[in-house]
Amino acid sequence: MTIATLPPPAPLPAEPPAERSNYLNVSYGVVSWLLTKDHKRIAILYLISVTAMFFLGGAAISIVRLHLITPQGALVSADTYNRLFTMHGVIMVFFFLVPVAPAVLGNFCLPLMIGAKDLAFPRINLLSWYLYVVGGAWTLYAMLTEGVDTGWTFYAPYSSQATHYNVVPTLIGLVLAGFSSLFTGLNFIVTTHWLRAPGLTWFRLPIFVWAMYATSFISLLAVPVLAMALILLMLERLLHIGIFDPALGGDPLLFQHLFWFYSHPAVYIMILPGMGIVSEVIPCFARKALFGYKFVACSSLAIAFLSFLVWAHHMFVAGITLYAALIFSCLSFLVAVPSAIKVFNWTATLYKGSIAFETPMLFCLGFVALFTSGGLTGLFLATLGVDMHVHDTYFVIAHFHFIMVGGMVMAYMGGLHFWWPKMTGRMYSQWWSRLAALIIFVGFFLTFLPQFVVGYNGMPRRYYQYVPEFQVWNVLSSAGASILAVGYLLPLGYLFYSLRYGPRTGDNPWGATGLEWQTSSPPPRDNFAVTPTVYRGPYEYDTGKAQNEP
Amino acid sequence: MSLRDTLFTPAEQTALFDHTFLARERLEEQYASLPHQSETAAFGMWVFLATEVMFFGTLFLAVGAYWCLDPQTIELASLELNWKIGSINTFVLLASSLMMVLAIHATQLNQQKQAYRYLLITAGLGICFLGFKAVEYYIDYRENLIPGFKFDDAEWIARGVDASRIGYVKIFLFLYWVMTGFHALHVTIGIIAVSVMAVLTRRGRYSREYYSPLDVTGLYWHFVDVVWIFLFPTLYLLGTHTL
Repeated sequence: MTIATLPPPAPLPAEPPAERSNYLNVSYGVVSWLLTKDHKRIAILYLISVTAMFFLGGAAISIVRLHLITPQGALVSADTYNRLFTMHGVIMVFFFLVPVAPAVLGNFCLPLMIGAKDLAFPRINLLSWYLYVVGGAWTLYAMLTEGVDTGWTFYAPYSSQATHYNVVPTLIGLVLAGFSSLFTGLNFIVTTHWLRAPGLTWFRLPIFVWAMYATSFISLLAVPVLAMALILLMLERLLHIGIFDPALGGDPLLFQHLFWFYSHPAVYIMILPGMGIVSEVIPCFARKALFGYKFVACSSLAIAFLSFLVWAHHMFVAGITLYAALIFSCLSFLVAVPSAIKVFNWTATLYKGSIAFETPMLFCLGFVALFTSGGLTGLFLATLGVDMHVHDTYFVIAHFHFIMVGGMVMAYMGGLHFWWPKMTGRMYSQWWSRLAALIIFVGFFLTFLPQFVVGYNGMPRRYYQYVPEFQVWNVLSSAGASILAVGYLLPLGYLFYSLRYGPRTGDNPWGATGLEWQTSSPPPRDNFAVTPTVYRGPYEYDTGKAQNEP
Repeated sequence: MSLRDTLFTPAEQTALFDHTFLARERLEEQYASLPHQSETAAFGMWVFLATEVMFFGTLFLAVGAYWCLDPQTIELASLELNWKIGSINTFVLLASSLMMVLAIHATQLNQQKQAYRYLLITAGLGICFLGFKAVEYYIDYRENLIPGFKFDDAEWIARGVDASRIGYVKIFLFLYWVMTGFHALHVTIGIIAVSVMAVLTRRGRYSREYYSPLDVTGLYWHFVDVVWIFLFPTLYLLGTHTL
């Protein structure tokens, strides 16, 4: 494999020219941000709020990991422990993983990638940010006053019986956040259908847009079901009518069905954007066209479709019939097919490419490794017999953290580093960012690999204490978590630093061919001075021609 | 082919109609032309309605699930609902949908005054629906049909429900309140939207060239109607009613 580096960004002129008008300097003041209709500014608003949520959720789990250093539990009471892991789960799932890629990177890049001036409904876009903020405020209020100890899954009847915890305000927050992601999805679908630049046919769309389209499709169809399930749960708590509580005549399985009908597809809401980001970054830094473009594009849709047919594999031991379990087990295996298509195509893209190990590429290669490991262990869990044994153990925790943290957070970091020069016009420190990628990768493996071992040996999830035999693995895992924490704090430092002191980049520092790079960086308020015409696909790195070059 | 299409080429139409003061006032920057904007808005409403289908679909699923678990009890509970007011309301909503169609048709013919009248009737029928619904809720209250608030187990045992099955009656009635409640909420939002459209039509804001908000409101109103069309048999007509 040839190893080459990209040409360095164009040298700076001695006197930097007067700053061009862009979305950042077109107007100033808090109000101009809080009432903006510009998708790029809304993306920045999301970036700030989502990052705050990420570190809150991370702080909660750091305490849990420290607590688990000793078998008896080192730090907090059992009650606090339950509230902490609930806080971690709720914040990370509903306020970080679900919105992060669509609302930050999708919001910023999607209109640029399709050559539009904005999303189809800019006011609804702003509304969705406010829904997110208000929902987040409700949830934080509930978490920080009395707390919730149900876990992020809110299984009835526990969640409807326990009277002393703030379940209802949390649920209100989640319903609001749900509608926020629903409106974002609606906007993306309509925009992709109606606002593509002339010449931009469906099969010339970047894979990231395909991924956003598939993600939005899932949000649209799954979020209302979750919202209604949570509303019913709230009403059950408030009015004491048993819709889910068996003591009152309800059916707890119904809640699980409704909950997972959203929450399993939601797993793909979280991972599909990651796959989209990787499909953008790998061709750019391998200087090759994406292998099997149409297969990668259609596999996103296939994943979105299949995601609705596998929810009950979370319920194998909940009391569904054996035949239902068998069918859901078989259907779950099917999801591996489109996922594997993607992994093979990324690998084939790398083959004989001239690979540059820039920071975004490092993150995305990390994604491929971690996603593949997480995906393969998913096959263990889809197998009915195996799942009976490892259900509700740390094996499951390790599996989905490989996908969600190892996969999605890595991909998100890759995307953020890839588009950072686009968003800010500045370049971060290459040395520090590569170091951060490495630390996150190592810290991640150290945190979650031991959890596969303890889980396989039977350590149940969500327990406050454990048998002493597992201590070595837990200490390893906690040590890994602290390394991971350093890895996540580093970007906060050097990205902020780059905002002021980073060198200005040209419009297209990576030499990428996508449409979003063919306007200035940071983009002007209207994205493109003239609506571009598209002549070719997004990854023609063989000729190096941009999408809008005839 | 309309008169406009026969008289002007597409390029002339763009110059004459889409770039008029109307377009300058109503056209958002991200769209190429008013028709482009209108079609996108309608598409957006269709997508939103798909999410609404899933929203109500959850409740239909819940009714279906409990109906499968114990059809006899659920049917007995369904018999106690007031199917007569329900039927009247079905006709009221259907009539209001017709008025909505006529309002849009009148706008397409540039008859804003007619459109205004039709829109008023549409909203009025919506208010009628809510009035009947309120009467029905009051009768439900009088007949002890509010589980957890005003409910009498003994009455249901007298109607032939097994004492251990009272829970299903409660669940069904609970779902009845949630479903009709959410539907009434949608009707209320619809009435507000239609009223706003009526005022704006009165001010002459919509014409043959541009009536996208009216179109989108119409879609929403028809959807609210369609939900009721499914809701009515699912809740009221599970058992065999006698006159």
